[in-house]
Amino acid sequence: MLEIKNVSGGYDQKLVVQNVSFQVKKGEMLGILGPNGSGKSTLLKLISGILPMKSGEVLIEDKTLQSFASKELAKKMAVLPQLHSQAFSHTVRDTVSLGRYPHQSGWFSSWSNEDEAAVQAAMKLTAIQRYEHQLLELLSGGEQQRVFVAQALAQQAPILLLDEPTNHLDIAHQKQLLDTIKTQTIENEITVISIFHDINLASLYCDRLLLMDQGQIKVIGEPQEVVKKSLVEAVYEARVSTTSHPERPKPQVTILPDVMERYKERIITAENFKVTEDYVLFQAEIQLKTWSSAVINAGSGWYKNFVNRRVDASYACDNVQEEMLVYLANNGFSEADTVGMMTAVRTTDAVIKEYKTPFGNIIIMVTAGVGNAVDVSRAYEVEMLPAIGTINTWVIVNGELSDEAFIQSVITATEAKTKALAFEQVKDPRTGTIATGTSTDSVLIAATQKGTHIPYAGPITEIGKKIGLGVYECTVEAIQVYKKAKGWES
Amino acid sequence: MSKSMIGYIMSISVLLLAIWLGVSVGSVKVPIQTLWDTGADAIATNIVWKIRMPRVVLAGLVGASLAIAGAAFQSLLKNPLADPYTLGVSSGASVGAVATLFFGISIPFLGIFTLPVFSMVGALVTMLLVISFAKLVDRGMKMETIILTGIIFSSFLGSVISLMIALTGEELRQIIGWLLGSVSMRGWSFVQMALPFVIIGTFLLWINRRELNAMLFGEERAKHLGVDVKKRKMMILIGGSMLTGTAVSVSGTIGFVGLVVPHMTRLLFGSDNRHVLPLSFINGASLLIICDLVSRTIISPTELPIGVITAFIGAPVFAFIFFKQRKKGGV
Repeated sequence: MLEIKNVSGGYDQKLVVQNVSFQVKKGEMLGILGPNGSGKSTLLKLISGILPMKSGEVLIEDKTLQSFASKELAKKMAVLPQLHSQAFSHTVRDTVSLGRYPHQSGWFSSWSNEDEAAVQAAMKLTAIQRYEHQLLELLSGGEQQRVFVAQALAQQAPILLLDEPTNHLDIAHQKQLLDTIKTQTIENEITVISIFHDINLASLYCDRLLLMDQGQIKVIGEPQEVVKKSLVEAVYEARVSTTSHPERPKPQVTILPDVMERYKERIITAENFKVTEDYVLFQAEIQLKTWSSAVINAGSGWYKNFVNRRVDASYACDNVQEEMLVYLANNGFSEADTVGMMTAVRTTDAVIKEYKTPFGNIIIMVTAGVGNAVDVSRAYEVEMLPAIGTINTWVIVNGELSDEAFIQSVITATEAKTKALAFEQVKDPRTGTIATGTSTDSVLIAATQKGTHIPYAGPITEIGKKIGLGVYECTVEAIQVYKKAKGWES
Repeated sequence: MSKSMIGYIMSISVLLLAIWLGVSVGSVKVPIQTLWDTGADAIATNIVWKIRMPRVVLAGLVGASLAIAGAAFQSLLKNPLADPYTLGVSSGASVGAVATLFFGISIPFLGIFTLPVFSMVGALVTMLLVISFAKLVDRGMKMETIILTGIIFSSFLGSVISLMIALTGEELRQIIGWLLGSVSMRGWSFVQMALPFVIIGTFLLWINRRELNAMLFGEERAKHLGVDVKKRKMMILIGGSMLTGTAVSVSGTIGFVGLVVPHMTRLLFGSDNRHVLPLSFINGASLLIICDLVSRTIISPTELPIGVITAFIGAPVFAFIFFKQRKKGGV
C-alpha cells in the first residue's frame, strides 16, 4: 500500500530524517515512536509531501508521491492535523464538508448525494452529529479533535496519517478516538500511520511500531518486539519497567522514578498488630506491597491496613464485597489502603509471632477454623457446599521481595500449613482422610520493599526456612486453640 | 429558508435601497422615476445620468472591490484584521497611481487603463513584499506580525508619496484631492476604466471560494485537503491586488471597507466563503454608496472625504455587531 524507500530530509542543511525505509500493508496500523527531536514529525511531513525530501521516494500503490496532483493525492491520503485555534468560526458541518474538497471539481461543483453521504457517515462514526450546526470554537478540545477526525474520514482516503491524535485529550476521549480509528482499519481496511507520544497507547492499538532514534529507525516490529525494557531505556534514556496489559497481549511501560523519596526507615514488628473482639488489624505507616486472596483488594497492590474481621458463623450475605466495604468504611478504613479478610473464629485467638532472619524480621499471623477441613486430593469424590471455617495466613516481611519470591512465599506458606494440619490430625469428615486445608483458606504476603533484596523464597532460602517454620508453628497453635474453644480437646 | 438565502435577499434589498437614496437624495431632490421616465425634467435627467448615477455606480464598484478583496485576504492569511488598507496594499496601489500621474506615464497600448494597471502592479508588489517580509520575521505569520508589517510598509510608501507630491508643481492639487479618497466628479469614464478589472478580479476570487475555505485552516491543512496551494494563492493575490489597485486608482485610499463588511457578513451569515465572498461584494457596494451619500450631504455644500465616513460609521457598527454576537454566543 505504502512504501517508504531510503527517505532522507529535513530543514535547511540539516537532515533530520536519514535513510528511512519501511512498508505498510493495507489495513495495517503503524505507530511511530521516539523521543522529542528524533524526527517523527519530520518523517510524517515527508510522507505527506508537505516537506520536500532530499533523497529517496515514497510510493503509494507503486506510484511516486510526486506523480500525484494535489487533489489526487488527497483522495489517496488524509492527514489529521494537530489541534490549533482558528481565527474564524465555522460550523461543525462546514468543517467536515471540507473533507470532500478533493472529490469536487469544476467551477460550480455542486454537492452530490455521495458527498452528503460521506459527511453524514463520518459525523456518525465520530458521534458529532448532534453538534452539526454548532460552531467549532464552542466545542471542547476533545470534540474539536473528533470533528477533524470526521473531516479526514469524509475524505475517504485509504491512507490516514495522524500526528499525535490524542494530544490534549482525556483518557475517555483518547479511547473513543483510537477505538474509532482502529475500527476503520478493521472494517474499511484503512491504512494508518500515526505518531504517538504515549508508548502504552501505541502498543495497545498498533499492529506494528516503529521506534525512531536520531533520525533513523532503531527498530520496527510488533509491539512485543519494540516495547522492551532495553530498547526503550536506550532510546528514551529513562529508567522504565515493562508490565503486561490486563486484557490484551500488548506490553506496557511504566517509568521508574529516580527521585530519592524522603522516607523514614520503617521496621515492621509485631507491635503493628492490634487485636480486638471484632478484628485482627495490622497497620503500617507506609504502604506494603501485597499479594493476597482477600475479599477486598485481592491480587497485588500497595496497602497499609490489613483487617481480618470476625463474622458470625451464620453470616450470610448476597454481596459480601459490598457489605465488607461498608464495614471497613464504618470502622475508618479506606478502600484504597486496606486489604480485608473474614474469619468465623474468635479474633482474640489469632496467633501472631515474629521470627528473626539475617536481613530483618518476618511476622506471621494465623487464624484457624477447621470445622470445614478438606482433603484436596479427595475433594473430587464428594459433593460439597461452601461452609464456614477458614484458615487465614498472613506473612509480613521486612525486605524487598521479587515477583518470584512472592509466589514462592505463597507455596512455602501453604506447604507449611498443610503439614500443620497433618500434625494435628485434622481430617476431612467426608472422606476420613487427613485434610490439606479448608474450602475457603486465604493467604496474604506483604513486604516493605525496602532493605535487603530477596530474589527467592523457596523452602531452602533463609526467608523460606522462617516462613515454613513460622506458618507451621502458628497454624499448629491456632488449631489447638480452636480445638480447645470447640471443646474437642481438654 | 437557509441562512445564506436570507443573506442574499437582505443584502440585495439594502443595495437597491442604497441606490435609490444615492440617486435621489442631494442638494436637489430628484425622484427615482427620472431614471426611466422619458418625459422627466431635462435638468433632473442630467443630474441623475451625468452626475449622480456614475457616482453611485463607481462608489458601488469601489466598495464591492475593497470588501471582497478584504474577505479573500482575511481567509488567505487566516487573519481577521487583514484588509487592503491594514496590509499596506492600498498604499502600494497609491504609489503606483501617484507615480503614473507624477511622471505623466501613459502607455499607448493600455490607454485609459494605464492608471489602474500601474496601481494594480503597485498593489501586487506590495502584497508580495509584505507577505515575504512577515514570513521572514515569523514563520507562523501571526496576526500581529502581518499587521505590523503592513504598517511598516504603509508608512514607508506614504513617505514616498509625500516626496513625489512635494516635487510636483501644478499637478499637486489633482493628486491631493485624489489621495483623500473620493468618488465625486469622476463620471462614466472612470466606471469604464474600473469595470473590466472589477469583473476579472472578482471572478478570480470567486472561483477560489472553496480553496479559501480550506486555507482558513492554514496552508498545510489546505494542502492535505488537496488544494494546489501555490497556484491558488497566486490567483487570489492577483485577484485581490487587481481589485485593490482598481479601487485606489479611481477613488484614492478608502479604509475599513474591506475590514468591516466581511466581518459583518460573517457574523450575520456564517463564515463559509462560498457566501461570504458574494455577500461581501454586495454589502460593500451598499456601504460605500451610503457613505458617499452621507459624505456629500452631512455638512453640505461642503463635501467630506469618504474615508472619514467609512471609518466613522464602520468602526461603531462593527463594534456593536461584534458585541452582540459575543453575548449571544455566551463566550
